[in-house]
Amino acid sequence: MKMTGAEIIINTLIEQGTTDVFGYPGGQVINIYDALYKNSDRINHILTAHEQGAAHAADGYSRATGKVGVCIATSGPGATNLVTGIATAMLDSIPMVAITGNVPCSLIGKDSFQEIDITGITLPITKHNYFVNKIEDLADSIREAFQIAKSGRPGPVLVDVPKDVQVAVYDYEPQPIVEKIPLPKADEESIDEAVALINESKRPYIYIGGGAAGLGMGKEIIEFAKKIDACIGCTFMGLSAVPDGCDRFLGMQGMHGHFASSVAQKHADLIIGVGVRFSDRATGNTAKFAKQTKIIQLDPDFAEINKNVNVDLGIIADVRDSFLRIAEKCQASKKPEWEKQVEELKVKEEEIAKKAAKMAGDRMTPKMIFDVINANKLPRTIITTDVGQHQMWAAQYAKFDTTRRFVSSGGLGTMGFGLGAAMGAMVATGDPTILITGDGSFGMNLNELATAVSYNIPVVIVLMNNGVLGMVRQWQNLFFQKRFSQTVLDRKTDFVKLAEAFGAIGMRATNIEEFESAFKKALTAGGPVLIDTLVDKDEFVLPMLPPGGSIDDIITDIGGKDSE
Amino acid sequence: MNNKFVIAVYVDNKFGVLTRVTSMFTRRGFNIDALTVGETECPEYSRITICLSGDGYAKEQLINQLRKLINVKKVEVIENNMSVKRELALIKVKNNSQTRADVLSAVEVYRAKVIDFTASEMCIEITGEPSKINAFIEYMKPYEIIEMCRTGIVALERGSGTLLSKNTKTGVHKIR
Ligand SMILES: Cc1ncc(C[n+]2csc(CCOP(=O)(O)OP(=O)(O)O)c2C)c(N)n1
Ligand SMILES: [Mg+2]
Repeated sequence: MKMTGAEIIINTLIEQGTTDVFGYPGGQVINIYDALYKNSDRINHILTAHEQGAAHAADGYSRATGKVGVCIATSGPGATNLVTGIATAMLDSIPMVAITGNVPCSLIGKDSFQEIDITGITLPITKHNYFVNKIEDLADSIREAFQIAKSGRPGPVLVDVPKDVQVAVYDYEPQPIVEKIPLPKADEESIDEAVALINESKRPYIYIGGGAAGLGMGKEIIEFAKKIDACIGCTFMGLSAVPDGCDRFLGMQGMHGHFASSVAQKHADLIIGVGVRFSDRATGNTAKFAKQTKIIQLDPDFAEINKNVNVDLGIIADVRDSFLRIAEKCQASKKPEWEKQVEELKVKEEEIAKKAAKMAGDRMTPKMIFDVINANKLPRTIITTDVGQHQMWAAQYAKFDTTRRFVSSGGLGTMGFGLGAAMGAMVATGDPTILITGDGSFGMNLNELATAVSYNIPVVIVLMNNGVLGMVRQWQNLFFQKRFSQTVLDRKTDFVKLAEAFGAIGMRATNIEEFESAFKKALTAGGPVLIDTLVDKDEFVLPMLPPGGSIDDIITDIGGKDSE
Repeated sequence: MNNKFVIAVYVDNKFGVLTRVTSMFTRRGFNIDALTVGETECPEYSRITICLSGDGYAKEQLINQLRKLINVKKVEVIENNMSVKRELALIKVKNNSQTRADVLSAVEVYRAKVIDFTASEMCIEITGEPSKINAFIEYMKPYEIIEMCRTGIVALERGSGTLLSKNTKTGVHKIR
């Protein structure tokens, strides 16, 4: 069938299973938008307020489903507006395809109007990218982009298409959805080696990362932990891989991890890492990390083995397959001493929490807010966040009933990620979605409220409004002798009125009763709701391992808060 | 401990691939001593030869990160004792009646070649292992080197095998 390049792009997207795209039109993608118009019964386009929002939406779409998220932007400023979104997806290994238009080939390299070398710009922040200067290559480049994005360790791929290629006419034949390139299966020898290490271990710690989050192995991980009497901890990116409610699961470890989870990891004699990259936020000072502990690492990416920490055994293969085979072959065993040790850590964690609650008096603490959210949220709720203290509180306190329920920018820590991502996640799944954001982060992409209202995407926005850039302020508090340089916002913005101005519902909660009633109302509002939730500016995220420190430097409480 | 490594890489012979490789070096902070690139026995691939000094960690990371690039087909370390390595240098030195005989005899001893000759300068071409070229350059310095350039190493493994057909067994599997 003869088609224009623009029609080939849209048809190839549809052929590859794309049902929704996020984007923003412009001069160099006007033909693509024309093709979208003609195919609007087959593919749904969501017009965001800003291309960054489109990129984050495509990313959230992918995180919530595992499908490849797709965004479209015009050349020049449209393309550069995608950059933060692409980098966010890259650092968290999220499969995404970004399509950009560019000036016609005859104008490339001449600093033409809205010409930018977007493949050059995104080279270090994509898994791969394409500049398609021949119509013959167009459909296959997009197919390859999908394949690369979802195979092995996933990641974003950008396809840049000059205008003349969009206009040119060429043959198009639909093809089946490209399969993921299969990952190798681990050889029996490595599996046996892992099994031997696990059978020998007296204090095993199963360590779940982002690479396991999408594999839907929650049940299997818990069963395995019971079988070998291990405890389970996770990285930030591993949250929601293991459903809550299992007493072996200690939650996130690392810089702001749970006390029991981080300390148990230190005491373990074996860490079984599943899709983790041992990032600096998780390990602290690598020179002191797990020095007495053996490490097994299961990962699809060979460059991750020995990159951040040296491991005793790295199995680079299909993670799910390796994990299930190892789990099957290991001996069941009871380790009462280890269990007791972990129980004691949990009790200690509990005591720390009680002490903190007592010190808080009757002010509305983040923990109380999440208690209300956990108690009232609907089944399958997705929690997305922005970046800052509120994000860490979400990571610490939010409960998840199934996998792919926590959508947050871990690797890049992108403020402004949340609202776009929440819309993407909700469009993809139709599941209830809550955005936990901060007054700083929300300011970065609040324009997407317009999108949520236009498409009636009923995100519940809990804005933890502390009047400050809380996370940075926390560091200033602890490490810069309270010199609060440029972290006090104290803006005059009325977020309730702001929500209303966009056509959303706005509510305010100054205490926990108000929050509970607002939250319950929000769940049934049927449209986007923002709850301006007032939080004390001097709340801390605790525990904290100071940057560059190790678990021995863990801070669990801050004495003598000056604001009280 | 810092060592010198030579790594051979087969990449797709396509526009922009060299940029992808060098951009990765910059991003990951690898310090490259020399890099050459050129055609191979297969028209669809180019071969990049990279010299790098670093410890075992840098070597392993460099290889792994290279293997991850979509356009990279093959990455192999060229082991010193199992390979032939060559580099070519062009060296322009001052030419005058007092030094001419000395320079020419050095050219002969090193099996170099004079490829340009004027009253005031001569241009010497020398091929060999980098160590030989280094020694020659050292020797030439007192005669005043006016201008000089080196190609960087090219290297092949000895024997009838080829890198492309080599079965890489590094204990890691290639995803693509
Ligand atoms: C785009 C971007 N700019 C700057 C930062 C650095 N940063 C990290 S957390 C933070 C403060 C976030 O403030 P807010 O959203 O109000 O959250 P809070 O910590 O107060 O809960 C800043 C500025 C960042 N992560 N991302
Ligand atoms: Mg704030």
